[in-house]
Amino acid sequence: MALKLDSKIPAGELAQKWSNHKAAIKVVSPANKRKLDIIVVGTGLGGASAAASLGELGYNVKIFCIQDSPRRAHSIAAQGGINAAKNYQNDNDSVYRLFYDTIKGGDYRAREANVYRLAEVSNLIIDQCVAQGVPFAREYGGLLANRSFGGAQVSRTFYARGQTGQQLLLGAYAALNKEIHNGSVKSYTRHEMLDIVIEDGEARGIIARNLVTGEIERHGAHAVVIATGGYGNVFFLSTNAMASNGSAAFQCYRKGAGFANPCFTQIHPTCIPVHGTQQSKLTLMSESLRNDGRIWVPKKLEDVEALRKGTKKPSDIAEEERDYYLERRYPAFGNLVPRDVASRAAKERCDAGYGVNETGLAVFLDFKTAIERLGKKVIEQRYGNLFDMYKEITDVNPYEQPMQIFPAVHYTMGGIWVDYNLMTTIPGLYAIGEANFSDHGANRLGASALMQGLADGYFVLPYTIGDYLAKKIQAPKVSTATPAFDEAEKGVKEKIEKLLSINGSRSVDDIHRQLGLIMWDNVGMARTKESLEKAIVEIAALRKEFWKDVKVVGTADSFNVELEKALRLADFLELGELMARDALNREESCGGHFRSEHQTEEGEALRHDDKFAYASVWEYKGMDVEPELTKEPLDYEFTHRAQRNYKD
Amino acid sequence: MNFTLKIWRQKDAHSKGEFKEYQVKDISSDTSFLEMLDILNNDLVHKGEEPVAFDHDCREGICGMCSLHINGHAHGPSQAVTTCQIYMRQFKDGQTIVVEPWRSAAFPVIKDLVVNRGAYDQILQAGGFISVRTNSVPDGNAIPIAKADADESMDAAACVGCGACAATCKNGSAMLFVAARVSSLAKLPQGRVEGARRAKAMVAKMDELGFGNCTNTGACQAECPKSISIAHIARLNREFLCAKLED
Amino acid sequence: MGCFLTNSSLGRKLVMSISGCFLLLFITFHMAMNLVAIFSADAYNWICEMLGANWYALVGTAVLAGGVLVHFAYAFWLTWQNRKARGNVRYAVTVTEKGVSWASKNMLLLGVIVFLGLAMHLSHFWAKMQLVELMGGHEVVLTDGSVVAPTDGAAIIQYTFSQWYNVVLYLVWFAALWLHLTHGVWSMLQTVGWANDKWYPRLKCLSGIVATLIFGGFAIVVVWFYVQSLCGGCPCCA
Repeated sequence: MALKLDSKIPAGELAQKWSNHKAAIKVVSPANKRKLDIIVVGTGLGGASAAASLGELGYNVKIFCIQDSPRRAHSIAAQGGINAAKNYQNDNDSVYRLFYDTIKGGDYRAREANVYRLAEVSNLIIDQCVAQGVPFAREYGGLLANRSFGGAQVSRTFYARGQTGQQLLLGAYAALNKEIHNGSVKSYTRHEMLDIVIEDGEARGIIARNLVTGEIERHGAHAVVIATGGYGNVFFLSTNAMASNGSAAFQCYRKGAGFANPCFTQIHPTCIPVHGTQQSKLTLMSESLRNDGRIWVPKKLEDVEALRKGTKKPSDIAEEERDYYLERRYPAFGNLVPRDVASRAAKERCDAGYGVNETGLAVFLDFKTAIERLGKKVIEQRYGNLFDMYKEITDVNPYEQPMQIFPAVHYTMGGIWVDYNLMTTIPGLYAIGEANFSDHGANRLGASALMQGLADGYFVLPYTIGDYLAKKIQAPKVSTATPAFDEAEKGVKEKIEKLLSINGSRSVDDIHRQLGLIMWDNVGMARTKESLEKAIVEIAALRKEFWKDVKVVGTADSFNVELEKALRLADFLELGELMARDALNREESCGGHFRSEHQTEEGEALRHDDKFAYASVWEYKGMDVEPELTKEPLDYEFTHRAQRNYKD
Repeated sequence: MNFTLKIWRQKDAHSKGEFKEYQVKDISSDTSFLEMLDILNNDLVHKGEEPVAFDHDCREGICGMCSLHINGHAHGPSQAVTTCQIYMRQFKDGQTIVVEPWRSAAFPVIKDLVVNRGAYDQILQAGGFISVRTNSVPDGNAIPIAKADADESMDAAACVGCGACAATCKNGSAMLFVAARVSSLAKLPQGRVEGARRAKAMVAKMDELGFGNCTNTGACQAECPKSISIAHIARLNREFLCAKLED
Repeated sequence: MGCFLTNSSLGRKLVMSISGCFLLLFITFHMAMNLVAIFSADAYNWICEMLGANWYALVGTAVLAGGVLVHFAYAFWLTWQNRKARGNVRYAVTVTEKGVSWASKNMLLLGVIVFLGLAMHLSHFWAKMQLVELMGGHEVVLTDGSVVAPTDGAAIIQYTFSQWYNVVLYLVWFAALWLHLTHGVWSMLQTVGWANDKWYPRLKCLSGIVATLIFGGFAIVVVWFYVQSLCGGCPCCA
């Protein structure tokens, strides 16, 4: 049975859709809200803002996070900023322009209505955050400052030094704390959701593991919200936090929720290159660096050789011997092209042999021109903390020598399929933020992830969830003493026992590292039919090996990090295959998904709108069974789909 | 590079802990301290031993999860960085490195090097917020804020809540943490409205949770990975005393 | 509001700060008064007389003693609480953090030395002066057997600091006081909130100056009288 996909996009003019929809959906009275329970899993920008807003409305909210505090969620690591169509710079920005840039940046693979709504509420987010005490950067006149970001020709990015994500999350976390203080939200830290419970086809609650005691707990609710972020850690090495995982989303998929566009992965162009085989984590350098930094490689291969041997320093290479390839290829946007374009261009140069370090996998990001133009002091003010961080990690002073950067896995545009209300294919189960698929199409623009997380949590979900819960006002408190809960708990316990009993020879990290290599080599920045078919076979084999030969030490009823990692890896081993299958199916290049067979003569991504103007939505059929594909057509009523052009 | 590690091992909150010695070999100088522990842990797993439990997550110095006391310093020997930003090139080849969890009565050990910092959450829940409802706010530019004030607020807001201040303080005082939040909001017109209430509520909660009394040694700011100044403590003192005098 | 001085950490710190400030003012006055003894024994004795056995001096003494006791009792109370907050298991390796003074971490130890010095000082002077007057006595027998009037403070000073071991003990005491004040003065201002990043270097400098002036003022009297006692019989001083 194929999935029934009803996107519930309201009729009418683009700019009126959200207002019309809000007017049409049901609301729940305050007296009834008190009787309704909601579970929010994840406490990043999406989860924290949603839980706080739902708590304010009067619902009883339970919130879960795997870290020791809600404030640790990986939203905190976002550096550069958050977009909003305020037009404070008077540079002719507007809701429509933000909408258009986002749709275009996503290579026309997102829903128009969702993206427009996102642009529409973006301004409210800034107001909300300012009122919460987020110390955004200001000008001397006391008004809010902006900076530019990739994929846009206006300055619409609001920022708090290089720690915008942190400050926005602390704002949402403060709102959450306010509601915890008021008693409407109850917080469960160091708890991991291990399964979703479905009864009569509707979400009824979750099974969670207390990570300190190992206890398996049942939590019932009238609705469940998944806000657990992306699954970039399939690649082992990524800019995601070490504990970021796709397991909560994967459990939803396993229980019947559609999973959309899993192959759309964002590779961020400005990360610190991999330095050895012992590395566990890649570090991102903010995209904002591309405001003033210029990206280049040498024009001559002999200079490349000299750099690798160490006989020449980058500063020894004359201006006319440098290839500022982004400025050369994309004169209109220059170093501020979208991330997917910048990443691919770096890969193209490195594949051609111009990579500037020993591994051949690095390009320069140079501030020489900017320091000459603005002075070291200004650069220090703008990027001081990032420069310090770079020096700390690489032992190279970026004020004197250019930074070395290389693309790395950063964000997953794909995720759980949701309708316009952010509800998944399972009634009562919602997905927000990076965990869903809805707003970024095939590529996300910089400074838009924060925007989406907060838009969903503060301004969309609190309205749309009422439409579902209005039907539940007569429903009693959800009982957790039901066969569905019994079965889910049993499944979780069996899985844990199985993992602990294998006692094989390979550690979780060994297998994860191997999975990461398969993914990076075959499902990474450039994909081919052959590489994807190879990946599917290799991942399946690795998964078998995992279930036969993994070694998980420790016990089930204690603080056991190895067990946590094993449970997450088990899901990555299925998600990786799903990503490869989706990439294989999508025989076109768009955004972050680049099929080498499908490119223009100039090496740009070549879409096939006639065949692939849809979101691929996958339905789980079993661990070693091919999932079933359903297509949600993406009809563009209001924008003309063109080949993305950042040249002129 | 090779190192001898003396690591605090403790089975759970109720067990007695002790130091255990481990050798790690052939570590690249570019390896981060936590990657070095990853390597040790992978070896331990292969030997069938329980790996060393330690908190970490973003590994970019911003989530505040990592929390190791290394050779007498919270977050290791470097200034103004978190544990995850320590690299092995900062140690001498063959050096013995002693790794301990945060030691503070308010941060009980959960396992090995992992402690419970829930007390910090509780302090913030007592009043570390501005009481605004979603959507019930004026335009972002409606209230201008002097750049210097916004900058100073941001200085304090850089706190990552790692607990190094209380863990370093010989008095087990959480003043720098509380001050950072109070001061950050006090510098903004939006935060001034309930400033008095906030300072009193957060200090009361801090005291209730058993943190010690600040004696202005300044050890907290020296070990703070975000170099948050004790000037914010002075502001907290001001805020609190003025609030109390109005009672 | 009364109770926040006992039940809040910041209130308790305020008590330390205010009582410390009060004691600082007292020792500043005491130091100034001592200096008078260098210039004129009569003037010094006149001041002693004014501060002798009368009601306002008694009230002053009682308040002062109260200040010392409050400062001392709170110091022990706070330290006891702080040790409890630190927990039972201590770090195996400890260091002095960058920019942290030894004095700031050892205020209680320094305070105890100052207190012991105070006890010694009271036995040397107060017990021979105001106390004797209060008991109605009119003469004091010094350890060398000589007899002086309890109102002749200058003579008692002269006698006490002619003993080398007293000089050493007093100088150690003043050194402890100096260290205590280098942290205490700016810490007192920090506790009431009169500090910021710009002012820290200035306040710490001020602390150093205040502490040094007080140390110098006290020490010079002791040394002066000791030197005088050494050459008491020689013609140059006669």
